[in-house]
Amino acid sequence: MSDFTNNFWNLYIVVLTVLGVLGCAVLLYSQSKYKVAKHNGPVGTTGHVWDEDLTELNTPMPRWWMWMFYLTIVFGIAYLFLYPGLGYAGKLGWNSAKEYKAELAKADSEYGPLFEKYRQQDLKAVAADPQAHAIGERLFLTYCAQCHGSDARGNKGFPNLTDKDWLHGGAPDAIKQTIMNGRHGVMPPMGAALGSDKDIENVAHYVLSLSGSAASDPIKSVFGKSKFSVCMACHGAGGVGNQAMGAPNLADKTWLYGGSAETIMETIRKGRDNTMPAFGDFLGEPKVHVLSAYVWSLSNETR
Amino acid sequence: MYEARQEIYPREAKGRYASLRWLCVWLTQLAYYGLPWLTWNGRQAVLFDLTTRKFYLFGLVLWPQDFIYLAALLIICAWLLFLVTAVAGRVWCGFACPQTVYTEIFLWIERQIEGPRSARMALAKQGPSLRKFSKRTAKHLAWGLVALWTGFTFVGYFTPIKVLGAESFTLAFGPWEWFWVLFYALATYGNAGWLREQVCKYMCPYARFQSSMFDRDTLIVTYDAKRGEPRGKVAKDAGKSVNGGSCIDCTMCVQVCPTGIDIRNGLQYECIGCAACVDACNSVMDKVEQPRGLIRYSTDRAMTDGMSAQDIRRRAMRPRVLIYCAGLLLVVVAVGTSLALRTPLKMDVIRDRGSMGREVDGGAIENVYRLQIMNTSEQSHRYCIAAHGMPGLALATANEVTLAGTETRAVPIRLRAPHGAGETGSNKITIQLTAVDDPALTVSETAVFIVPR
Repeated sequence: MSDFTNNFWNLYIVVLTVLGVLGCAVLLYSQSKYKVAKHNGPVGTTGHVWDEDLTELNTPMPRWWMWMFYLTIVFGIAYLFLYPGLGYAGKLGWNSAKEYKAELAKADSEYGPLFEKYRQQDLKAVAADPQAHAIGERLFLTYCAQCHGSDARGNKGFPNLTDKDWLHGGAPDAIKQTIMNGRHGVMPPMGAALGSDKDIENVAHYVLSLSGSAASDPIKSVFGKSKFSVCMACHGAGGVGNQAMGAPNLADKTWLYGGSAETIMETIRKGRDNTMPAFGDFLGEPKVHVLSAYVWSLSNETR
Repeated sequence: MYEARQEIYPREAKGRYASLRWLCVWLTQLAYYGLPWLTWNGRQAVLFDLTTRKFYLFGLVLWPQDFIYLAALLIICAWLLFLVTAVAGRVWCGFACPQTVYTEIFLWIERQIEGPRSARMALAKQGPSLRKFSKRTAKHLAWGLVALWTGFTFVGYFTPIKVLGAESFTLAFGPWEWFWVLFYALATYGNAGWLREQVCKYMCPYARFQSSMFDRDTLIVTYDAKRGEPRGKVAKDAGKSVNGGSCIDCTMCVQVCPTGIDIRNGLQYECIGCAACVDACNSVMDKVEQPRGLIRYSTDRAMTDGMSAQDIRRRAMRPRVLIYCAGLLLVVVAVGTSLALRTPLKMDVIRDRGSMGREVDGGAIENVYRLQIMNTSEQSHRYCIAAHGMPGLALATANEVTLAGTETRAVPIRLRAPHGAGETGSNKITIQLTAVDDPALTVSETAVFIVPR
């Protein structure tokens, strides 16, 4: 209940509030007992005089105003009784989390049918729908653009979604799977397994040669080839990768962290640990469905 | 420290100023009750659509970004109030303030049902009777109807009034519509029916600071004590009172006063400048065959120095008034110019923060931006996106976008600059949006293009 580690400050506020309300009531009552003498013409003054002749009139306030003051006290007490103001949940049981959930539910009931309609459709059909495309784009800009960029072309460490290169497969269902459950890609540190710095450098140059990179040193590459056997378990014999386990294809020119020999050596030495968070629970399947269709359409001609 | 309220039963005043007030009542209320029913471009001419956050004022559509115009409107109102008050005192209170206007309407209804002042006072004194009950019920019913109509009209400014009108037949208002119709109706009924002068005396802040705009040359409703005193009962030789002054102490000026004061005691903060006492006194002066103007619009200086009407008019053009005029003119011209030059198109450029700049094939550099585009006009437009500021800078994505009327959309774009086009680090560029069908419709925003090391 309390947001504080002990209950003192909670109590402090409760006491202040109660004393405040009581104080107002007592002051009001005592002042209302104070009678103003009947008068004809100007009322008396408070006795204060400034600037020689400026005096303050002792004008009584209208009775209805007095009642308004009492009403505010009644209102305040009722409010504290109904809402959580005195450290308990309040008679109405209101809280902001509940209100937020209610608003979410309202929005879902409003837009839910639209997403539900698309969920019934095949992902490729959804991708071809202009309205779904527009919704997908907005969802992407809101939830995905922080990592993958507004244009979905990614960043260092964050895959480009507009090309044909996929770590876990680019089929519509594979993309949906990725967004729903997230992915965790781990490249273990291989420095110790490969041997010396020299060996690591040689392997890096061999890796470069797989994609025909001009940066690859042919001699180092030849030496590195034999050591590459350590990498084959994941990246395959020709370094073409394995989408089932998310091992990247090393034989193309697409690099997640950069395609220089230094970067590859760093990858081999320290390994990489990359996470795509799961959005299934957060966004819900119907929204992910539309989003998946949009992401798939980024690298596939749909219209 | 309180006192019970003393009921005021204002007598009806007839005369030049009363007619003027009724003219104001008609003008303001025709505008208030009529405006929501006007149609413009196939929609309600004046509609403050809070759900979609768009304010429609005839041909003008204001967005939340145009909030400055609301501030400008308030400044104009303030300057106008200062100006009018400095020149002519509390004429706003007496003739145009909603509290006065609705009280006038409610008083009229009261008069139609309960009769003139004396009849109303007698009815109030009377014990409970069927006649009193029926009259009071009729009065409150009539008040209630006017109040409900007022509340209904008020909500009609925020939700389409024709839909609201249709809903009212089945009472199918939404919860907020119910709340505001009833709340505004209750406020009207309570303020104009019950509170009346109490609002002016105890609640209105304007009554408290009006004096800072007053000076000795401000027109005020004032009693000519030099001419009136010593007051007394009317003498046989019609005209003067028995004591010699023009005031015959008929108390008509007190009876017509809606705030229940005696203007002969001098300027008081309760005086709302409605000039009902002027009308009343003039008609009495006519009867006793004396010149009008024992109570009149005049100035403090004119009263003490005995100035003519011409002198008063000449004193109206004093520095204070001229400064208010200049301020008002300045703001009006500024707002008018700004509104006339306004382009119904807005754009925000948001640079992607995830990546600085990326190198693509051939050493060219790409930067990613998100353009938040708002088509604030009511027509659909096709816009051309262009970027300048670096040699060879061009869009790598589609350079045209179509937005429907009043649509807002985020458009991701990629800009590409050839290798060596700019300095390493940030380069200032301009992104421009131009309507294809109307080149005058153009906005440009500065942005930064980053060339990585």
